[in-house]
Amino acid sequence: MTGWPPGARLLAGKTAFVTGASRGIGRAVAETLAALGADVALGGVRDPDGLAQAAAELAARHGVRTLALPGDVADPAAVRASYQAIFKAWKQLDVLVNNAGVLEGARIGMIDDRLVERVLATNAGGAIHHLQGAARLMGRAKRGAIINVSSIMGVRGDEGQAVYAASKAAVIGLTLAAAKELAPQGIRVNAVAPGYIATDMIAGLAPEVHAQRLGQIGLGRVGTAAEVADVIAFLASDLAAYVTGQVIGIDGGMRI
Amino acid sequence: MTALEPNDQPNDQPNDQRLQTAFREALELGPDVDVTSLTYRGVPQWDSVAHMQLVSTIEAAFDLMLETDDVIGMSSYAKAREIVAKHGVAL
Repeated sequence: MTGWPPGARLLAGKTAFVTGASRGIGRAVAETLAALGADVALGGVRDPDGLAQAAAELAARHGVRTLALPGDVADPAAVRASYQAIFKAWKQLDVLVNNAGVLEGARIGMIDDRLVERVLATNAGGAIHHLQGAARLMGRAKRGAIINVSSIMGVRGDEGQAVYAASKAAVIGLTLAAAKELAPQGIRVNAVAPGYIATDMIAGLAPEVHAQRLGQIGLGRVGTAAEVADVIAFLASDLAAYVTGQVIGIDGGMRI
Repeated sequence: MTALEPNDQPNDQPNDQRLQTAFREALELGPDVDVTSLTYRGVPQWDSVAHMQLVSTIEAAFDLMLETDDVIGMSSYAKAREIVAKHGVAL
């Protein structure tokens, strides 16, 4: 549930595309943006029927327009098709939340070639494909906000996460470069770097790993997907109209 | 991909004229420039930054969204004409 005040229509009149909206942070972001009045397109790869159902439920719950756009972010043709679909339906895009990602760990020396390809193609390549598609639509209107979801791993790194950390560091590099290049078009580009957030991605961690992670967090608790979504909603809104090229940590003071 | 029929356009310029106007506006070309012979980087105004502005202007003029390959391949006015025609604009 969003922490924004009930009835706040911070994003009314805006259209948004959230990738990886099937679950976790992406689902929470889609929920929050819709609750704040945005029309929301949901991207996802695993469960097209579930995505369509989620889109329909979101529309009914918040009285906004929604689209379900199933497709793999690592597939450039599928990404292009998504933007053609948004153009056909809405003619505009105001917000992209580049959230889709995979988390797969392996220690150095045991990193499989396919893991490298999969993680980089999804987390870094997918973000690039989507940013390019969104910038095309936003450039026409001379406005837009792109929020790339990186990770504390992309800022600090950690043992056993070399590939994931590299992919999320790439997202930060993308953010910094795109913020410079797209500013003249009125497009803001920022990144968020969530820390230890309660999602399916961490649900399978061993209890001792979980306890170790908790011990690294200043606020002493796991973050929620809704708390990440609230910061993303701020960056998507006109309240952040003068914010671009930033990486915002959402980690409760986590130290790695 | 969607495109308006010629009669649905927001103004009544013929489509060839509309494309030339898009080039003149996006590249800030004077009236003496022969737009139909332009090539990418053939004039100082048509650089990589202006190219994206040109693409946006053409998309807005014809209410269509070009593919990335089209954006990359739009190397001349003649090529641009081919591309918008491919997207259903009658020229």
